[in-house]
Amino acid sequence: MTSHSEASIFAGAPVAADPPVLEVRNLCKRFADHQVLTDVSLRVTKGKTVCILGPSGSGKSTLLRCLNWLEKPDDGFVFLSGERIGYRPGGRVPMSPAELAAVRARIGMVFQHFNLWPHLTVLGNIIEAPIHVKHLPRAEVIADAERLLAKVGLSDKRDAYPARLSGGQRQRVAIARALAMRPELMLFDEATSALDPELVGEVLTVMEELAQEGMTMVVVTHEMGFARDAADEVVFLDHGRVIESAEPAQFFERPQSERAQQFLQRFGRQQSRPSGV
Amino acid sequence: MTHEFAIVWAHRDRLFAGLANTVGLVVLSSAIALLLGAVLASALMSQSRAVQRPTQWLVDGMRCVPFLLLAYIVYYGLPELGIRFDNWTAGLCALAIYNAAYIGEILRGGWASLPSGYIDAAHATGFHGATLYRRIILPPVILAVGPVLGNQMIQIIKDSAFLMIIAVPELTHAASSIQSTYYVPFAAFIAAVALYWALCRVVELSVAWLERRAQPRR
Repeated sequence: MTSHSEASIFAGAPVAADPPVLEVRNLCKRFADHQVLTDVSLRVTKGKTVCILGPSGSGKSTLLRCLNWLEKPDDGFVFLSGERIGYRPGGRVPMSPAELAAVRARIGMVFQHFNLWPHLTVLGNIIEAPIHVKHLPRAEVIADAERLLAKVGLSDKRDAYPARLSGGQRQRVAIARALAMRPELMLFDEATSALDPELVGEVLTVMEELAQEGMTMVVVTHEMGFARDAADEVVFLDHGRVIESAEPAQFFERPQSERAQQFLQRFGRQQSRPSGV
Repeated sequence: MTHEFAIVWAHRDRLFAGLANTVGLVVLSSAIALLLGAVLASALMSQSRAVQRPTQWLVDGMRCVPFLLLAYIVYYGLPELGIRFDNWTAGLCALAIYNAAYIGEILRGGWASLPSGYIDAAHATGFHGATLYRRIILPPVILAVGPVLGNQMIQIIKDSAFLMIIAVPELTHAASSIQSTYYVPFAAFIAAVALYWALCRVVELSVAWLERRAQPRR
């Protein structure tokens, strides 16, 4: 992991002239008595893909949901391109719902269960936020949506309702919906975990293309093949703490911590079949 | 007996005028009740207890008031406070307010059972406040509770008959005036019942049609 000046923590804003797209410092989150995240820090520079790995219940999804404030962290900082999320400059006054929404509009998110809006067609899902959140001209938004649909290979499903699509198709629409906002950062929350095994590949292919095209991404996944091939960095989380972060080659060949070694061994046994990617 | 029905038939224009008023009252009050109900539902689902609690009391309270009494209060009671409506408007207000409480509760129920993922996805793409409610929450909620809203509309049709007691010239009022002029109670009221039944059928068929259209959107 790239080292950066500790002094910047006390200045309240990152010092670099060109700040990373995402910077997380000492993030903490509790649910009632349960400490879900403890002092999580990470940094994603422009065009990089960071995969967050870890056992079930290690806090991966909560971490992702804290990044765009779907869950409010109890402590710590999240910066999007140098701007603090959740608080106005100065760090004391919480953002209003409108200000928070404006920040979230800059971050795309893809969910495990797709969460497509059922009352809208495929095209309707994709153009809804650009029209009603960003207030872009309809014709321009539709042209953009059609380009995105072609990109995820679903041009023929333009006017279908989500209920008629397979899981893999729904997830590709969800990716197109997030991309339609032209986000600075994309978050993937176990995007393939709810899919039938034979449908995982079509979604991972789209995600790999995105990574190659230089989208900045944070990906929570159980797909070790994707992490190995597409990630620039792997962050291993256990019991809500970052145990280790490294380049994928190093993480998968020479995991440093015992817990990461155990985790990879378990996965090695489970995934002895060739990866679908 | 056929003679009695012949008398009613001879004065069908009065029945149809009453029917037109009933339809107008029902359509307008349903639309207003749906709008008010949507506002109430958002207050019932509010995170803020200061908003949620009083709204809950209001809605629960309204649902315990007999409609007849509410109509009396709006028409006879409010003028004492300086708020005066003609009969028709008073009837419309009473119907709209009364049913807004029911519809608010119906929509709240639909909203509460809406999968939270839809709203998460909306927040994540930058929706908030009224746009979020209008564009993302309300449409699937209305699709989900469509049949229940249809039932409520049938309730509105039947409640509108009470408005004869504040002299709104609606269908029951028309039937009543025909029967009292010519003393043909059976024929006059049966004719009115048949027309109410036809109205309810129209609502039921519309709901069934909407249901078929809603099916793929779930």
